[in-house]
Amino acid sequence: MAIAVEMPKMSDTMEEGLLVAWLVDEGAKVKSGDVVAQVETDKATMDLEVYDDGVLLKRLIGEGESVPIGGLIAILGKENEDFSAILAKYGKAEGASPEVAMPVESAPPVLVPGPVVGEDGRIKASPLARKMAEEKGVSLSGIAGSGPEGRIVKRDVENVEPVAIPVVVPAPIPASVSAPKPTPVAPTPAPKPTMAIGGGHKSLKITPMRRTIARRLAESKFTAPHFYLQVEADMERAIAFRSEMNKLAESRKLSKISFNDLVTKACAVALRNHPMVNASYLESEGEIRLYDHVHVAIAVAVDEGLVTPVIRNADQKGLSQIAAETQELAGRARARTLEPADWEGSTFTTSNLGMFGIERFTAIINPPNAAILAIGTIRDVPVVKDSAIVPGKRMALSLSCDHRVVDGAVGAAFLSEVKQYLEEPNLLLL
Amino acid sequence: MAVLQLREALRAAMWEEMERDPNVFLIGEEVAEYNGAYKVSQGMLDHFGAKRVIDSPISETGFSGLGVGAAMMGLRPIIEFMTWNFSMVAADQILSNAARIRYMSGGQYSIPIVFRGPNGSAGQLGATHSNSFEFFYANVPGLKVVSISNPDDAKGLLKSAIRDEDPVLFMESEVMYGMKGEVSDHPEYLIPIGKARVGREGKHVTIVTWNKVYWTVMAAAEELAKIGYEAEVIDLRTIRPMDIPAVLQSIRKTNRCVVVDESNPLASIASEVAYRIQAEAFDHLDAPVLRVTNKDVPAPYAKNLIELWVPTVDEIVKACKAVMYAN
Repeated sequence: MAIAVEMPKMSDTMEEGLLVAWLVDEGAKVKSGDVVAQVETDKATMDLEVYDDGVLLKRLIGEGESVPIGGLIAILGKENEDFSAILAKYGKAEGASPEVAMPVESAPPVLVPGPVVGEDGRIKASPLARKMAEEKGVSLSGIAGSGPEGRIVKRDVENVEPVAIPVVVPAPIPASVSAPKPTPVAPTPAPKPTMAIGGGHKSLKITPMRRTIARRLAESKFTAPHFYLQVEADMERAIAFRSEMNKLAESRKLSKISFNDLVTKACAVALRNHPMVNASYLESEGEIRLYDHVHVAIAVAVDEGLVTPVIRNADQKGLSQIAAETQELAGRARARTLEPADWEGSTFTTSNLGMFGIERFTAIINPPNAAILAIGTIRDVPVVKDSAIVPGKRMALSLSCDHRVVDGAVGAAFLSEVKQYLEEPNLLLL
Repeated sequence: MAVLQLREALRAAMWEEMERDPNVFLIGEEVAEYNGAYKVSQGMLDHFGAKRVIDSPISETGFSGLGVGAAMMGLRPIIEFMTWNFSMVAADQILSNAARIRYMSGGQYSIPIVFRGPNGSAGQLGATHSNSFEFFYANVPGLKVVSISNPDDAKGLLKSAIRDEDPVLFMESEVMYGMKGEVSDHPEYLIPIGKARVGREGKHVTIVTWNKVYWTVMAAAEELAKIGYEAEVIDLRTIRPMDIPAVLQSIRKTNRCVVVDESNPLASIASEVAYRIQAEAFDHLDAPVLRVTNKDVPAPYAKNLIELWVPTVDEIVKACKAVMYAN
């Protein structure tokens, strides 16, 4: 009995997986637990294991293709085993011979140049032809239909060569074709399906990760009423504190701490004192959830997007430990080896663009958090001290709050405490 | 295997089941002394006696209701209608009682009853004697509707129907009773209710059908083969429950479908099949699903008009060509 290998659900938010690379060839023997392919989910690239022994009879999707959870990826079984039943079960057309040659007796299809466009601008095509065109990545607008009233049907799409980059061309609406009667189609020279000269474009396929980012951030921005609080922290002591701590860390062979680690720790300690900021507004459950724990997520840019690994119980961890965990998680994020457990369950998020010289910015809340802190770079600024202008070090902090949970005064009190810790970092050691 | 007429296959099914289970009995008009209006029950009175092969007066409501009561008390009646057209008189017993007693008694009673008889048009019998009633009974939850096309299915499905714990409506055809075919003589030859059969394999178009019009469809498939098109013919065999997965499997191969139904077009079994295909295999369709049905008028009496009234070979070929976009 052949066995279907399906796309597993690898994270809570995963909807489909993109097959990055096959690691096993068709016909190769595999054992339960063997990794046969790599799959990119919305968050990470993960190993796809098989759970049975056998021969990899068939790979059903190619590298770069995605299938939804539960979709058929491959078939395992005994050598030369018939697996047509599985294909049928998953609705895969079995050996759909590319040349479903229509009998010669039938008159050749009347090829009108280009598709016939209805009065409403729609191109007539059978559901099957539409699906086939989409799969081949070809535009219906370049295909001549041989069905009734120019309907594009299976046989019209079968002979079209797929194009490398799928270009979605909107249906043209040539007024001249929208004649009321379809009878004698005038042999007007139709536009050929060639690329326009100049002004082309390149299309990137939306990856699962990009889709998830887009969905979650849109959902956050459109449902959580954001307001923004901004403050500048005097970083003079923090700079001295950090260099002192790093000397100690070096002598003890501990991880060096960054300004970001200081901010993470400052936020974590402040969140302990401001439970309404360490919270979630859960509309569907009719509750505001105040968390007992403080799990701070850190936004990390990766090649294809953004992930937010979590420092768990950050309020209870030492600076050096936070530093070590952050470095490890950021490294794994860039290597795309994070697992769902690494990014799930945050109660607050920080986002730092200081390394790019960004002075200040605002961030979109990472749902279901109630707030996110955006951290700018440390700038040299002139400050007025004892009626004289002297050089100072300042860092801008912007707190985006979900007004459904966090009111202005609540957010302000929290942000002011974070500022206090950064301006007097020794407080973090108390 | 033995070569039997369809009427003999039906008789063999009833005979074997009555031998096997003393609770099975047959009742209907002319089933005993006259050996059945179409000689389906020939010899059964002599063999099983008047307590188990019972002639009834012309009283469809009466003997159908008697059957429902007997089934409630543990017997397994086979009710023969001289034609399904007469079942209209007994419709209340079938629809209101046989179909619903299991549900309305909370499962305290099952109704292991078979109603059987010829269905559809059969020569010059006039408007009230030529109807196909699958669509009417298949609409009702609680009933199973079987509609056969050949002797082998007649035996295998009737045996399953008699053993079924629920009411099964078994539809035959007068014009098929003399049809001969190979039939299994194995005493446990049971064809499961609810499974369609591929009558002919093909790749260009799927034709879904059942009952005697199946043979018109097969003739049309031959015509299509002559001009190079291979039609796949699905014999549904059971209307309720309906084997839609088998139909869909074929559609995924051929991408086109014609349903041939010897009944009226509106709100018909053909409509249901077409609906299910578009709902469950939309992306596999290269053309709209077409149907070929009776003309939407009462059955005529004149022979030449009856031949035009039911689905014809020409109409089926034409519909298949239309969905294949062939000229």
